[in-house]
Amino acid sequence: MAITLTETAANRVEKFLSHRGKGIGLRLGVKTTGCSGMAYTLEFVDDLNPEDMAFESHGVKVIVDPKSLAYIDGTELDFTKEGLNEGFKFNNPNVKDECGCGESFTV
Amino acid sequence: MALLQISEPGQSAAPHQHKLAVGIDLGTTNSLVATVRSGLSSILVDDDGHALLPSVVRYLPDGNIDVGYSAQAAQSQDPANTIISAKRFMGRGLKDIDVSQQPYHFIDTSEMLQIETRGGIKSPVEISAEILKVLKSRAEKSLGGELVGAVITVPAYFDDAQRQATKDAARLAGLNVLRLLNEPTAAAVAYGLNNAAEGTYVIYDLGGGTFDISILKLSKGVFAVLATNGDSALGGDDFDRRIFCWILEQSKCNPVNAQDTRLLLTKAREAKEWLTDHTNAQITSMLSTGEVIDVNLSTKQFNALTQTLVAKTLNPTKKALRDANLNIEDIKGIVLVGGATRMPQIRLAVADFFKQSPLTNLDPDKIVALGAAIQANTLAGNKSGADLLLLDVIPLSLGLETMGGLVEKIIPRNATLPIARAQEFTTFKDGQTAMSIHVLQGERELVSDCRSLAQFELRGIPPMVAGAARIRVTFTVDADGLLSVSAREIASNVEANIVVKPSYGLNEEQILAMLTSGFSSADADKQARALAEAKVDAESLLEAIKNALEKDGDLLNKHEKQQIKAKIDALEAAIIQTNGHAGAVDTTSDAIIKATEVLNAATEDFAARRMDAGVSRALAGKNLDSLEI
Repeated sequence: MAITLTETAANRVEKFLSHRGKGIGLRLGVKTTGCSGMAYTLEFVDDLNPEDMAFESHGVKVIVDPKSLAYIDGTELDFTKEGLNEGFKFNNPNVKDECGCGESFTV
Repeated sequence: MALLQISEPGQSAAPHQHKLAVGIDLGTTNSLVATVRSGLSSILVDDDGHALLPSVVRYLPDGNIDVGYSAQAAQSQDPANTIISAKRFMGRGLKDIDVSQQPYHFIDTSEMLQIETRGGIKSPVEISAEILKVLKSRAEKSLGGELVGAVITVPAYFDDAQRQATKDAARLAGLNVLRLLNEPTAAAVAYGLNNAAEGTYVIYDLGGGTFDISILKLSKGVFAVLATNGDSALGGDDFDRRIFCWILEQSKCNPVNAQDTRLLLTKAREAKEWLTDHTNAQITSMLSTGEVIDVNLSTKQFNALTQTLVAKTLNPTKKALRDANLNIEDIKGIVLVGGATRMPQIRLAVADFFKQSPLTNLDPDKIVALGAAIQANTLAGNKSGADLLLLDVIPLSLGLETMGGLVEKIIPRNATLPIARAQEFTTFKDGQTAMSIHVLQGERELVSDCRSLAQFELRGIPPMVAGAARIRVTFTVDADGLLSVSAREIASNVEANIVVKPSYGLNEEQILAMLTSGFSSADADKQARALAEAKVDAESLLEAIKNALEKDGDLLNKHEKQQIKAKIDALEAAIIQTNGHAGAVDTTSDAIIKATEVLNAATEDFAARRMDAGVSRALAGKNLDSLEI
């Protein structure tokens, strides 16, 4: 299994990274907060940790720590527009339940 | 599902704790809102994809308020109720402006001027608040949540009264102001100049109707405004007018009516924009008189027509340089702001004057909002601490009146904010027990040439010989550039202080009154909506039942029919009662809802019988095999 980006998501990440002027990729992760157990995190990467796992999707380096990977393995990250709002969306096959807003989930 | 943005390493927010902050460029002609998403500052657009919101507010006959393009379109039909350029009136009294040039009914008050509109008497603060409300709701729709705050930009030359008025407008619109930021500073931030090496920069801002030139000096993360100058009646619109006059001249038209003037001004603007990257513009149009306009404007002709306008921007530029005591060699970079700076002749003239090319890679219409958004993002705490917080400076010196009508400066211009400064004064006469403190803002020496901000008295000074009392006056300016002043007699500890609400500002009660009137009309709006909904529900039920009675009335006996008829009459009466009873709307909407429920209950049995009848009709005479089950 792996983590992938859709092409749209990859293009956006590249644009943001080049605007930022530094950073080696995108870090996906989970942390245990939120109304439904866990929450996604999405950050730029400047430094790698020794245990980090790296994937590559449409030319973008995706970094995940092994603990998070257990919860999000197989996830496809998409970039979408909903009305005036736009942003990244986790399509995570491990999710059993989400809170109403979708910001946190349980597996 | 919520959409996520990329955060800086280690800065991911917990769910529902995103700190949504925006930058707002509240402009004279157009306003914009921007935010930082995934580290990139971007403009938020409306449902139609427009980035700009024309700063035009129209009070409609039905009591609603229209803001933006539709209000702008109605400007010539309804000038007295369509307020443009309200920013020019912010924090201003009637004596500050040229009333004869304005189509509005001004109300003379001792404080900030007000305008009588169809929607009531409105202050510029309330009008600006309507623009901010639209931008706020656009931002909340785009970001999917409530804003923690906004950075709003103001011209560098805005004094305390104008800044306070801008803050009041934000408060009325329900926005938390993180900071007021000088427009040229915001432009510099958008170009990342605050991260660049130290140096002196020129911000050349030619908007729709105003021209501002600012010279900023960056040192240790602080932008000091060295000089500002400009022309409050020069902008892109003047270039349109030059083309308009030229069209009339070329086609030998008689003076045209208002409608044709508007049409030709639009054509002129389109030609101006076209000439930004073409060498010729064809202008064709048919006037209401049937006359046909068909002329061709070349870049060369356009440049010749507008040469004097371009030159007009260079005089204030020279003056600003002279005020700041600088030569063009001292200027490290030039930032162009405002849509009118897209015109090639402007860019050439600027490059020629400064002997270097201006920065042009950001959209000059959007740059101020983009910079404000970057600052808002930092202030909301979405960036790591490594980023220096940009500091602003006080635009005009603050001081107080001393004997002889002179101004003693306590805080000099360009002091970094926030700041507190104290100075000691003494009594002038033997046995003097009170002292009047008159707070002033400005660079001039005489009280009469500076703007009066506030006046208060320190009383209860113990009687002493002249010069023995020691009165310490402290000026404190917060990060938004707003001032409070306190005075204390040191021996006796008598103290007096004042938060400076500028003479032209609004007092707390006025703001509260405006806020509550906003709330009370919110309630009325809600009731009106409830009534409208109840009516729609009731009417659709009535329609359905009347239809049913017509078709299947024979399913009911006479008594049942009468029962239902009575309930229908009751509901219709309840609806009729609400027409012309604008007052107690909530009770009438309740009456409709109740009557609707009663009618619904009374017809339940009828509905069941109709369904049975319908089913047996559909099945009558068919055998089982022909039915698609």
